[in-house]
Amino acid sequence: MNIVKKIEGTKLEIELEGRLDTTTAPELEAEISQSIENVTELIFNFEKLEYISSAGLRVLLSAQKIMNKQGSMLVKNVDTTIMDIFEVTGFSEILTIE
Amino acid sequence: MEERNVDTNSRELVVVAEKENLSKVLEFVDKQLEKIECSMKAQMQIDIAVEEIFVNIASYAYHQEVGKATIRVEVKEEPLTVFLTFIDKGVAYDPLKKADPDVTLSAEEREIGGLGIFMVKKNMDDIQYEYKDGQNILTLKKKI
Repeated sequence: MNIVKKIEGTKLEIELEGRLDTTTAPELEAEISQSIENVTELIFNFEKLEYISSAGLRVLLSAQKIMNKQGSMLVKNVDTTIMDIFEVTGFSEILTIE
Repeated sequence: MEERNVDTNSRELVVVAEKENLSKVLEFVDKQLEKIECSMKAQMQIDIAVEEIFVNIASYAYHQEVGKATIRVEVKEEPLTVFLTFIDKGVAYDPLKKADPDVTLSAEEREIGGLGIFMVKKNMDDIQYEYKDGQNILTLKKKI
Protein backbone atom coordinates (compact mmCIF):
# COMPACT_ATOMS: atom_id res chain seq x y z
CA MET A 1 0.00 0.00 0.00
CA ASN A 2 1.12 3.55 -0.75
CA ILE A 3 0.25 6.40 1.57
CA VAL A 4 0.47 9.94 0.23
CA LYS A 5 0.03 12.74 2.76
CA LYS A 6 -0.70 16.35 1.83
CA ILE A 7 -0.65 18.92 4.59
CA GLU A 8 -1.97 22.45 4.13
CA GLY A 9 -2.09 24.34 7.42
CA THR A 10 -4.43 22.34 9.63
CA LYS A 11 -5.84 20.33 6.73
CA LEU A 12 -4.48 16.83 6.13
CA GLU A 13 -5.33 14.77 3.08
CA ILE A 14 -4.34 11.12 2.98
CA GLU A 15 -4.45 9.26 -0.30
CA LEU A 16 -4.32 5.47 -0.13
CA GLU A 17 -3.32 3.21 -2.96
CA GLY A 18 -3.61 -0.59 -2.84
CA ARG A 19 -4.81 -2.78 0.01
CA LEU A 20 -5.64 -1.66 3.53
CA ASP A 21 -5.42 -4.93 5.45
CA THR A 22 -3.91 -6.57 8.53
CA THR A 23 -0.42 -6.13 7.09
CA THR A 24 -0.70 -2.48 6.02
CA ALA A 25 -3.17 -1.01 8.56
CA PRO A 26 -0.44 -0.47 11.23
CA GLU A 27 1.49 1.72 8.72
CA LEU A 28 -1.54 3.93 8.23
CA GLU A 29 -2.17 4.07 11.95
CA ALA A 30 1.43 5.20 12.55
CA GLU A 31 1.19 7.87 9.81
CA ILE A 32 -2.04 9.22 11.27
CA SER A 33 -0.83 9.36 14.87
CA GLN A 34 2.33 11.12 13.70
CA SER A 35 0.48 13.91 11.85
CA ILE A 36 -2.95 14.31 13.42
CA GLU A 37 -2.13 16.49 16.41
CA ASN A 38 -3.10 19.93 15.08
CA VAL A 39 -5.33 18.77 12.24
CA THR A 40 -8.88 20.13 12.13
CA GLU A 41 -9.79 18.75 8.72
CA LEU A 42 -8.87 15.19 7.79
CA ILE A 43 -9.64 13.92 4.30
CA PHE A 44 -9.15 10.38 3.04
CA ASN A 45 -9.00 9.92 -0.70
CA PHE A 46 -9.91 6.32 -1.55
CA GLU A 47 -9.80 6.65 -5.32
CA LYS A 48 -6.97 4.11 -5.60
CA LEU A 49 -7.91 1.93 -2.64
CA GLU A 50 -8.66 -1.60 -3.80
CA TYR A 51 -9.49 -3.46 -0.61
CA ILE A 52 -10.31 -2.92 3.04
CA SER A 53 -10.64 -5.48 5.86
CA SER A 54 -11.64 -5.07 9.50
CA ALA A 55 -8.07 -4.03 10.36
CA GLY A 56 -8.52 -1.03 8.04
CA LEU A 57 -11.97 -0.26 9.44
CA ARG A 58 -10.48 -0.14 12.93
CA VAL A 59 -8.00 2.55 11.85
CA LEU A 60 -10.78 4.59 10.23
CA LEU A 61 -12.93 4.31 13.35
CA SER A 62 -10.16 5.49 15.66
CA ALA A 63 -9.38 8.40 13.29
CA GLN A 64 -13.08 9.32 13.29
CA LYS A 65 -13.14 9.28 17.09
CA ILE A 66 -10.15 11.62 17.24
CA MET A 67 -11.61 13.97 14.61
CA ASN A 68 -14.99 14.09 16.39
CA LYS A 69 -13.08 15.86 19.17
CA GLN A 70 -10.90 18.18 17.12
CA GLY A 71 -12.55 18.86 13.77
CA SER A 72 -14.00 16.98 10.84
CA MET A 73 -13.22 13.92 8.75
CA LEU A 74 -14.28 13.18 5.20
CA VAL A 75 -13.84 10.07 3.05
CA LYS A 76 -14.02 10.69 -0.67
CA ASN A 77 -13.97 8.72 -3.94
CA VAL A 78 -15.24 5.47 -2.41
CA ASP A 79 -15.94 2.83 -5.06
CA THR A 80 -18.92 0.47 -4.94
CA THR A 81 -17.14 -2.62 -3.58
CA ILE A 82 -15.71 -0.65 -0.65
CA MET A 83 -19.03 1.14 -0.19
CA ASP A 84 -20.68 -2.28 0.22
CA ILE A 85 -18.30 -3.02 3.10
CA PHE A 86 -19.13 0.33 4.71
CA GLU A 87 -22.84 -0.40 4.42
CA VAL A 88 -22.68 -3.94 5.83
CA THR A 89 -20.65 -2.79 8.85
CA GLY A 90 -22.65 0.37 9.54
CA PHE A 91 -19.62 2.53 8.68
CA SER A 92 -21.69 4.36 6.06
CA GLU A 93 -23.56 5.90 9.02
CA ILE A 94 -20.46 6.70 11.06
CA LEU A 95 -18.29 8.20 8.33
CA THR A 96 -18.95 11.26 6.22
CA ILE A 97 -18.62 9.96 2.69
CA GLU A 98 -18.56 12.20 -0.35
CA MET B 1 4.89 -24.13 3.28
CA GLU B 2 3.33 -26.89 1.29
CA GLU B 3 0.74 -26.90 -1.47
CA ARG B 4 -1.01 -29.94 -2.88
CA ASN B 5 -4.03 -31.22 -4.75
CA VAL B 6 -6.55 -32.96 -2.53
CA ASP B 7 -8.56 -34.11 -5.53
CA THR B 8 -9.41 -32.68 -8.94
CA ASN B 9 -11.63 -29.92 -7.56
CA SER B 10 -9.75 -29.11 -4.45
CA ARG B 11 -6.31 -27.81 -3.52
CA GLU B 12 -4.80 -26.99 -0.17
CA LEU B 13 -1.99 -24.97 1.38
CA VAL B 14 -0.33 -25.72 4.72
CA VAL B 15 1.44 -22.74 6.32
CA VAL B 16 2.76 -21.70 9.69
CA ALA B 17 -0.10 -19.77 11.32
CA GLU B 18 1.57 -16.35 11.44
CA LYS B 19 0.21 -13.01 10.27
CA GLU B 20 3.32 -12.63 8.11
CA ASN B 21 1.97 -15.44 5.93
CA LEU B 22 -1.29 -13.66 5.13
CA SER B 23 -0.14 -12.49 1.70
CA LYS B 24 0.93 -16.05 0.77
CA VAL B 25 -2.46 -17.39 1.86
CA LEU B 26 -4.33 -14.74 -0.15
CA GLU B 27 -2.12 -15.35 -3.17
CA PHE B 28 -2.92 -19.06 -2.98
CA VAL B 29 -6.67 -18.47 -2.69
CA ASP B 30 -6.73 -15.85 -5.46
CA LYS B 31 -4.84 -18.23 -7.76
CA GLN B 32 -7.62 -20.82 -7.31
CA LEU B 33 -10.27 -18.15 -7.96
CA GLU B 34 -8.57 -17.11 -11.19
CA LYS B 35 -9.50 -20.48 -12.64
CA ILE B 36 -13.19 -19.65 -12.41
CA GLU B 37 -15.34 -16.71 -13.45
CA CYS B 38 -15.37 -14.73 -10.25
CA SER B 39 -16.44 -11.09 -10.04
CA MET B 40 -14.21 -8.49 -8.37
CA LYS B 41 -16.84 -8.11 -5.69
CA ALA B 42 -17.00 -11.85 -4.90
CA GLN B 43 -13.21 -12.05 -4.90
CA MET B 44 -12.96 -9.18 -2.42
CA GLN B 45 -15.59 -10.76 -0.18
CA ILE B 46 -13.69 -14.05 -0.23
CA ASP B 47 -10.35 -12.29 0.42
CA ILE B 48 -11.87 -10.49 3.40
CA ALA B 49 -13.21 -13.75 4.84
CA VAL B 50 -9.86 -15.50 4.32
CA GLU B 51 -7.98 -12.62 5.94
CA GLU B 52 -10.26 -12.43 8.97
CA ILE B 53 -10.22 -16.18 9.63
CA PHE B 54 -6.51 -16.69 8.97
CA VAL B 55 -5.50 -13.70 11.12
CA ASN B 56 -7.74 -15.02 13.90
CA ILE B 57 -6.01 -18.40 13.78
CA ALA B 58 -2.58 -16.73 13.64
CA SER B 59 -3.43 -14.52 16.62
CA TYR B 60 -5.23 -16.90 18.96
CA ALA B 61 -5.08 -20.59 18.02
CA TYR B 62 -1.63 -21.42 19.37
CA HIS B 63 -1.08 -18.66 21.95
CA GLN B 64 2.68 -18.07 22.07
CA GLU B 65 3.52 -21.31 20.33
CA VAL B 66 3.95 -21.92 16.63
CA GLY B 67 1.47 -24.13 14.83
CA LYS B 68 0.20 -24.76 11.34
CA ALA B 69 -2.96 -23.91 9.47
CA THR B 70 -4.39 -25.64 6.44
CA ILE B 71 -6.41 -23.66 3.90
CA ARG B 72 -8.36 -25.73 1.39
CA VAL B 73 -10.15 -24.31 -1.61
CA GLU B 74 -12.75 -26.46 -3.31
CA VAL B 75 -14.79 -25.45 -6.35
CA LYS B 76 -18.08 -27.16 -7.13
CA GLU B 77 -20.08 -26.53 -10.25
CA GLU B 78 -23.78 -26.09 -10.97
CA PRO B 79 -24.28 -23.85 -9.22
CA LEU B 80 -20.71 -22.56 -9.11
CA THR B 81 -19.73 -22.55 -5.45
CA VAL B 82 -16.45 -22.07 -3.60
CA PHE B 83 -15.81 -23.87 -0.31
CA LEU B 84 -12.98 -22.60 1.89
CA THR B 85 -11.90 -24.83 4.75
CA PHE B 86 -9.57 -23.74 7.54
CA ILE B 87 -8.03 -26.37 9.79
CA ASP B 88 -5.82 -25.81 12.82
CA LYS B 89 -4.80 -27.85 15.85
CA GLY B 90 -5.01 -24.96 18.29
CA VAL B 91 -7.40 -24.32 21.16
CA ALA B 92 -11.03 -25.15 20.39
CA TYR B 93 -12.70 -21.99 19.17
CA ASP B 94 -16.05 -21.59 17.47
CA PRO B 95 -16.10 -18.12 15.87
CA LEU B 96 -19.85 -18.47 15.24
CA LYS B 97 -20.48 -18.14 18.97
CA LYS B 98 -19.11 -14.62 18.98
CA ALA B 99 -21.93 -12.10 19.36
CA ASP B 100 -22.44 -9.72 16.44
CA PRO B 101 -21.45 -6.11 17.04
CA ASP B 102 -24.22 -3.53 17.04
CA VAL B 103 -23.65 -1.81 13.71
CA THR B 104 -26.17 0.93 14.41
CA LEU B 105 -24.11 2.59 17.16
CA SER B 106 -22.35 5.94 16.68
CA ALA B 107 -18.56 6.23 16.35
CA GLU B 108 -18.24 7.13 20.03
CA GLU B 109 -20.24 4.11 21.15
CA ARG B 110 -18.59 1.67 18.78
CA GLU B 111 -15.71 -0.37 20.07
CA ILE B 112 -12.60 -0.78 18.03
CA GLY B 113 -12.68 -4.37 16.86
CA GLY B 114 -15.18 -7.22 16.76
CA LEU B 115 -15.98 -6.64 13.11
CA GLY B 116 -13.93 -9.41 11.52
CA ILE B 117 -16.16 -12.43 12.08
CA PHE B 118 -19.23 -10.29 11.44
CA MET B 119 -17.87 -9.40 7.99
CA VAL B 120 -17.25 -13.08 7.28
CA LYS B 121 -20.85 -13.94 8.22
CA LYS B 122 -22.21 -11.16 6.02
CA ASN B 123 -20.07 -11.99 3.01
CA MET B 124 -20.45 -15.78 2.94
CA ASP B 125 -23.55 -17.86 2.21
CA ASP B 126 -22.92 -20.44 4.90
CA ILE B 127 -20.41 -21.19 7.67
CA GLN B 128 -19.96 -24.52 9.44
CA TYR B 129 -17.75 -25.12 12.46
CA GLU B 130 -16.68 -28.45 13.82
CA TYR B 131 -14.10 -29.55 16.43
CA LYS B 132 -12.94 -33.01 15.57
CA ASP B 133 -9.88 -35.09 16.51
CA GLY B 134 -8.27 -32.10 18.18
CA GLN B 135 -8.79 -29.86 15.17
CA ASN B 136 -10.83 -26.75 14.53
CA ILE B 137 -12.47 -27.15 11.13
CA LEU B 138 -14.24 -24.11 9.75
CA THR B 139 -15.86 -24.26 6.32
CA LEU B 140 -17.11 -21.22 4.46
CA LYS B 141 -19.40 -21.51 1.48
CA LYS B 142 -19.74 -18.83 -1.18
CA LYS B 143 -21.92 -19.04 -4.27
CA ILE B 144 -20.32 -17.32 -7.21
